[in-house]
Amino acid sequence: MAARSAEPEERQRALEILISAYWKPVYKYVRLRWDKDSEQAKDLTQDFFFHLLEKDFLARYDPQRARLRTFLRGCVDHLIANEDKAARRLKRGGEVQFLPLDFESAEGELQHIEIPSPGLMEDFFEREWIRSVFSLSLERLRQECEQRGKQMHFRLLEFYDIDEAGKELTYEQVGQRFELKTSDVTNYLAYARREFRRIVLEQLREMTGSEEEFRREVQTLLGVDAP
Amino acid sequence: MKWLSDQALDRLRVAADTPDLSGTGYVLLDKLGAGGMGSVFRVEDTALGRQVALKVLGIVDSSGEFGARLLREARIIAQLEHPGIVPVHDVGTLPDGRVFYTMKLVQGRRLDQHRDELGGVPERLRTFQKICEAVSFAHAHQVLHRDLKPQNIMVGHFGEVLVMDWGLAKLLNAEIPAESNPSRKIRLQQQPLSDADTAHGVVLGTPGYMAPEQARGDVDGVGPRADVYSLGAVLRFLLDDSGRASKALSAIASKAMAEDEQQRYGSVEELANDIAHYLDGLPVSAYPEGPMARLWRWVVKNSAWILLIVAYLVMRALFILWRGR
Repeated sequence: MAARSAEPEERQRALEILISAYWKPVYKYVRLRWDKDSEQAKDLTQDFFFHLLEKDFLARYDPQRARLRTFLRGCVDHLIANEDKAARRLKRGGEVQFLPLDFESAEGELQHIEIPSPGLMEDFFEREWIRSVFSLSLERLRQECEQRGKQMHFRLLEFYDIDEAGKELTYEQVGQRFELKTSDVTNYLAYARREFRRIVLEQLREMTGSEEEFRREVQTLLGVDAP
Repeated sequence: MKWLSDQALDRLRVAADTPDLSGTGYVLLDKLGAGGMGSVFRVEDTALGRQVALKVLGIVDSSGEFGARLLREARIIAQLEHPGIVPVHDVGTLPDGRVFYTMKLVQGRRLDQHRDELGGVPERLRTFQKICEAVSFAHAHQVLHRDLKPQNIMVGHFGEVLVMDWGLAKLLNAEIPAESNPSRKIRLQQQPLSDADTAHGVVLGTPGYMAPEQARGDVDGVGPRADVYSLGAVLRFLLDDSGRASKALSAIASKAMAEDEQQRYGSVEELANDIAHYLDGLPVSAYPEGPMARLWRWVVKNSAWILLIVAYLVMRALFILWRGR
């Protein structure tokens, strides 16, 4: 995967994407699976990504044997099971530039989440990863739509597929709400969804190292059956 | 960043998978299912005002390889104009680059979900004969299905049978002559002789319905008799509940599913002939009968006549007895 690339710039960028997509699932997982309080979970999450960056965890990752998610979750478990907090915190210094991790938002999201049973932690971790990737993709879509003057396209997607996801609104109703023709709603939504799909796939491409791994992740993320 | 509820996640997954049909002349109605290389949607053909099924790549096709395969599948089906094979109407590319094709929207149910409603053995065998006819037609056009199973067979409301999902089909020749114009030939790339390539690196066929040579990955060795094996498994599926299979039918299924392909029926037609013989009360090649079995089959076949004759003789005897008093 790109995060193991010998090219420092490529490696750095891929790691940033990987951390962006995984830090929230890791934090939530540590909170719920290991029953840590917020402060402990923050420390452990930072420790985990410190190890990821500094100890080159990813060098040991073999896509043939497991999915990246499974591997990372195993690493988290291993790290916590063998924790030596004082020693680790000494090792983690100011030399590493971490991405700013908004733990408050992650903690806030936990309030919405039903605590999974211990046997369903793998599913939970996967779902939180999907939530994280989709959130990042939506944020990028929002920025791109703003740059292209297509704010309404994004707004419609946000309204129809996120805010009102639990309702079965017709495009006509959406058009009335935004004072748009139904055909415009159809076209705007088609554009936003197409771009959303493109961005999601680009993010996955950055996070995976082979075509096979990429397809597997697409199947997981979009629920598309294996060929 | 906005919190995404589970409902929003599910909605976004669907939204991202939903094909963008703008500019294609089709309007999306709903998703029918997913499998093989892609997903199948019910769409409306706005030009003709009818509903059709649209199959589109569900996976990402960065190399173009899967698009080529889907196109190949569409072309293979398009060559097989037969009532038992779903007709293809159109092929095209979506705005996001994914290849799609449209085909007749089949109204019916999959055989695996419909077996219990098919009726008795004769009705089931007649359904099986229709499956054989479609597959035999494909073989005559040098096409092997290679994934025959109840899930890939649709039964319509009027008993019509359609063999679906030709995604794993194999061309015995690289060129297929178009029926309507023999001089026109569609040149299709011969599949690389490896399982991984043939099946997109995943699965070739379905365990339980796959011939042994196919399961071994012996692509060179896979011929029409591999489909005969799968048809034998389908026959067994049709008769497997509540012990419906007679010895002769069991023998037919066993012969079709012989481990050694040389021991199987030489063609789908031969298999279908044995079924026809069975339905007509004639001996079948798969089941050599002893004298008693032959007599019993003769009795069963002619039971109506035998009953009439017996009734006549009894009446005659009673009449003679009455006259003799």
